Amino acid sequence: MAVPLSYYLILSGFVFLTGVVGVLIRRNIIVILLSVELMLNATNINFVAFSEYFHNVAGQVFVFFALTVAAAEVAVGLAIIIALHRAHSSIYIDDLNLLKR
Amino acid sequence: MTFPLQDLLTILPELIVIGTACLILALDPILEATKKDVLAWLTLGALAMCIGLTSSQMTGRVSAFSGMVVIDAYAAFWKLLLYIVTGLTVLLSLAYLKAERLSIGEYYGFILLALAGMMVMVSGADLLTIYLGTELMSLSLYVMAGLKRTEARSLEASAKYFVLGAFSSGVLLYGISLLFGLAGSTGLSAIAAAITAHGTGDPLLSLALVLLAVGFGFKMAVVPFHMWTPDVYQGAPTSVTAFMAVASKAASFGAFLRVFVEGLGAASADWSVLFTVVCLATLALGNLVAIVQTNIKRMLAYSSIAHAGYALIGVVVAGGHSGEGASTGFASVLLYIAIYSFMTLGAFALVGMLRKEGQESDQIEDYAGLAKREPLAAFFMLVFLVSLAGIPPTAGFIGKFYIFMAAVNGGMTWLAIVAVIFAAISAFYYLRIVMVMYMREAEGSIATHSRLETSPALSLVLACALAGVVLLGLFPNGLWSLASQAAPLLK
Repeated sequence: MAVPLSYYLILSGFVFLTGVVGVLIRRNIIVILLSVELMLNATNINFVAFSEYFHNVAGQVFVFFALTVAAAEVAVGLAIIIALHRAHSSIYIDDLNLLKR
Repeated sequence: MTFPLQDLLTILPELIVIGTACLILALDPILEATKKDVLAWLTLGALAMCIGLTSSQMTGRVSAFSGMVVIDAYAAFWKLLLYIVTGLTVLLSLAYLKAERLSIGEYYGFILLALAGMMVMVSGADLLTIYLGTELMSLSLYVMAGLKRTEARSLEASAKYFVLGAFSSGVLLYGISLLFGLAGSTGLSAIAAAITAHGTGDPLLSLALVLLAVGFGFKMAVVPFHMWTPDVYQGAPTSVTAFMAVASKAASFGAFLRVFVEGLGAASADWSVLFTVVCLATLALGNLVAIVQTNIKRMLAYSSIAHAGYALIGVVVAGGHSGEGASTGFASVLLYIAIYSFMTLGAFALVGMLRKEGQESDQIEDYAGLAKREPLAAFFMLVFLVSLAGIPPTAGFIGKFYIFMAAVNGGMTWLAIVAVIFAAISAFYYLRIVMVMYMREAEGSIATHSRLETSPALSLVLACALAGVVLLGLFPNGLWSLASQAAPLLK
């Protein structure tokens, strides 16, 4: 018996909201990065579920691209975080307060 | 799998840009530090080739790679604008990197990669290509913002830009996945057909619309998604700030209009209400918060937010109409962004090169007495600021004039009146800097005064920006006819 489409959408909505809330309330940049990854993976669940529903492979192709982009984003993001840690000795968002005036 | 040669020829400008970027990344390690300028000239050469190629693609509508990419006058308009501002940024960077003692060759590679992303954004006809272009642009810009690796402010800007940029991409992608669920395809024309067939009442469509608006709102820096802008513009190296404020905003508007008109045009009644609210908030916050800034880069950041608000007026007006009225509205947006590019780039070029004791002097205080020390620099700044304020006979006035005319003709006179009031408020903070430059005496000893570090490249940038601001102000017809040729292709 196939799992109905709505189950996938509820799951992906839940994962996406977890990611959004994580970005908004967590202070450590690495945890924020992980939360963004949750958001992107929620998208992938959507694409695969819709792809199966429509019998259209385009959605799964999109997932490959989204995964690749997410990997590139993490590579750039971690590089920035390492450089930031060298300059600031902290990777907490609250400590980033040089730019105000 | 093979690609037809015709398709590859269609995207030849993109291929040239990416190829040159790879060449630069390969050449960078084997070039001596003193010879990195070669890479800048290589970049300019590639841009010159692209200008020639894209100018020949102004007519017709060619679609390539099974409808993933479309080349038409609309895409060509944005691409030509992007080549010009990228070229000016490269020239500015030649001077700026020298003054900052940064000899980083890959900088030019990143500029070209970001440009390639922007080009894909404006000519994408499928949400997949538009998303990939957006990401290529953003990833390059994150790195460029943090290019001064030893300076904590630059890295802070980079980290903030990265966190909010990645968040907005996630939101954008979720919106795209919902649209895929509605239409069964990510092609803009298929989405438009699905919306026409199903009607606009679907709550999933409204959610997707909002998510896409949030995603693009971050990239265009409109209120309430603007909070990264002042910090990032202030902390990033000024040549990069100029590039972000001008090129990335132009490309984001280009992709945004394409998606919302070609893909979601049938739901324009819904989104034009949404963007009316965003537009009013952007005008109010951008102009009011700019008044209290003491750092000129932050002030210009808020000013760039406000200018996105003026451009949105054209979008709102066009969204409420069809046919002729819509085309005029969109054409006024294209014209406005093109004019905005020249004046903002000129202002940032001056801000980056006005220096004291080897540092950028980016406090408004530092501009005191500039008219006596550097009369020519003060005059250039005066022209750019007057244009940003929208005072005739500069191009800034023409841009606002066409936007307001579109609003009045479109029956939204109240919006034009509100915008004129905010434009009057904006004159206050632009002219305050003029007053500081011309009326105030500099304090302290002469050694601590800011001076303009001149170089032939900087002179060329300033001359081009000034020529753009003055000539487009006096003879706007050429640009207007280009914009009104490009705009009706959105449908």
